[in-house]
Amino acid sequence: MFLDPQDYILSRMSLTHEKSAASLSVRDIDVHGVTTELYEGGSGTPILYLHAGEGLRPSAPILGLLASAGHLLAPIHPGFGVKPRPPSFSTIGDLAYFYLDLLDQLELDKVAVVAADFGGWIAAELAVRSTARLSHLVLAGPTGIKCGDREDRDIADMFALGRAELIELMYADPAVSQVGESSLREDFDGLSDDALTSIARSRESMAVFGWSPYMHNPRLRQWLHRIDIPTLVLWGARDRFTLPEYGASFAAAIPAARFEVLEAAGHYPHIEQPERFVEVVANFLEIKSSSVVTGRPS
Amino acid sequence: MRVWQFSEMPYTPAWGLDTESLRVTLPNSNYDPKLGAEIYRRQFENYLLADDLGFDLMSNEHHSTATCLQASTSVILSSLARSTTNARLLSLGNPIANRPDPVRVAEEMAMIDNISGGRLEVGLIRGTPAELSSVNANPARMVDRFWEAHDLILKAWTSHDGPFNWEGEFFQHRQVNIWPTPFQQPTPPVWVTVGSASTARRVADEGHVIATLLGGYSSRSTFDAYRARTLELGRPYPKSDRFGYLALVSVGATDEAGLERARLMQPHLDVSLLMPQQFLNPPGYAPVEANVAALKRGAKGSLSTHQQVGSGEGKDVMLGKKLPSLASVKRSMDQGLLFAGSPDSVLQQITDFSRAMGGIGHLLMLGHAGYMSFDDVADNIKLFGNEVLPALRELPEVDEAELAAERDELRRTVP
Repeated sequence: MFLDPQDYILSRMSLTHEKSAASLSVRDIDVHGVTTELYEGGSGTPILYLHAGEGLRPSAPILGLLASAGHLLAPIHPGFGVKPRPPSFSTIGDLAYFYLDLLDQLELDKVAVVAADFGGWIAAELAVRSTARLSHLVLAGPTGIKCGDREDRDIADMFALGRAELIELMYADPAVSQVGESSLREDFDGLSDDALTSIARSRESMAVFGWSPYMHNPRLRQWLHRIDIPTLVLWGARDRFTLPEYGASFAAAIPAARFEVLEAAGHYPHIEQPERFVEVVANFLEIKSSSVVTGRPS
Repeated sequence: MRVWQFSEMPYTPAWGLDTESLRVTLPNSNYDPKLGAEIYRRQFENYLLADDLGFDLMSNEHHSTATCLQASTSVILSSLARSTTNARLLSLGNPIANRPDPVRVAEEMAMIDNISGGRLEVGLIRGTPAELSSVNANPARMVDRFWEAHDLILKAWTSHDGPFNWEGEFFQHRQVNIWPTPFQQPTPPVWVTVGSASTARRVADEGHVIATLLGGYSSRSTFDAYRARTLELGRPYPKSDRFGYLALVSVGATDEAGLERARLMQPHLDVSLLMPQQFLNPPGYAPVEANVAALKRGAKGSLSTHQQVGSGEGKDVMLGKKLPSLASVKRSMDQGLLFAGSPDSVLQQITDFSRAMGGIGHLLMLGHAGYMSFDDVADNIKLFGNEVLPALRELPEVDEAELAAERDELRRTVP
């Protein structure tokens, strides 16, 4: 727990600086006429990281940590960054096919997809279409399926909740919601116009892709059985935005899926417990390299 | 100038129950149907009174709110189509970006046009942010959806050779062939409410009437954008009948009485935007750039999609424990949101405002707002109808000599 956000930032900055922040690069990548930004770093096992619906946080420790575990590729979803959303993109399937195209274009094989929240929905849609280029799937707090009755709300209505209510539902430690490129900050001092544009555009694009049906595809659950690769469904024990029970149902629909809960984390375990998150992921991917970060100085 | 009497049909007994929100979230257990039925009865009586006095009549539509019991413009206007005889009937309007069924809108409006014998004017509007929740309409891409719905409605009204096909991005039909067709051919007059110069230009392309609602003096730039675009298109300078403006209007026997009545109306401006921020600024309703600016202002900053209105006199006014001061009434008058005073004063204020706008042909008169009793409303309508309306109807559309210089200036700015 960090009572003062500044302490949290400093602790994270030293960690990322020490391990890997310098090794990340960013470039534009064009995939069949759609251009987006791709953060890249590290070497070894290819890891495609699909960020949460709030947008990619370039300063988040998770990126550097994943880059120290493998060859990280962290694209910004089209419509979630500084570039305008492609006018023809309006469904979750558009994003899934975009990433299948990206994997083809980069000729990547045996890719581990690590995805959070809305990114997890994209990853699941991608994987039911084809796992040909994938080795593993890690879904952290994914949305995308309907589990409860028609009057149950599986996924809290982010568009009808105030900032304070969302922080309460999404974070184990509210202080963490106030750092970096979090969309739930009280103030955005020090963030660049690009960072603010990404936050604002991400919010808009979440409505484009997830307004109705709300944050899910009613047809997705019945096809999850097609995911034929080892899958890890990770959940923050204190996630009240999507409850752990929802995660267990998600995992139960995927044949080779394991469900695991991370303590002291809410809806964004990759943000609140990045070291533990990457440790669990690396174990799951059977990455044995000593370079895997465990939070200890090497 | 035509004057269109209008009331949002507020359910004031519920005002003050929640100082954060009268929209979307206020439970309807706070609505009493017996009281509501009486409100509807009195509202229709005042509509009929206005019809007798020579007003035209306006209806709108809001949902899930204690600020407005007009939940369907079609229902209100279909009743007025039968019970009135002279007034033209304006729907302002149909929230077509929120309707899943534009063809149904075309049908309903065509029916009302027939039932009223061609007295209908059809507003096609985007709707306020709070309206999205009640129909689960997506705030993102609303403008694109609006114009596709607009095009489909216009085509449905004007196609007479059997079914046509429509496979658009938002709406799909294979057999569009509405019955009845509109009474007024080729279509009833179409209105669009506008809050920005860019939309005004788009509406000018169509030649529709534009209206600004409580836009104050900044409406001039919106109207001028319409005028400039019309000239760009090589068309004649638009007449004042292309421009409408909505304001609160309070008439009393004396200036003092008119201002005192306005204190009852002013709370309309205080409560209209009472809703949680997430409903005031849903994702995609405002452009990314506007949201970036709002983020820079931080959590307490708000998105300035709406002009700051209201008395700013705090919770006691919102709770109905206290009426706004005369000072805040006068501030609203200075902003052009409210015309108030004796009949002569109100006539002068409206004439001056029209002049400042470059000439407007339609006053949309909120002659009922806030905590007025129905007798207050009737008195307001009678005073206006007998002592202001006749002069306004005789007002020259545009004072040619006075506005000639401004028109020439606008022409000079057009390539």
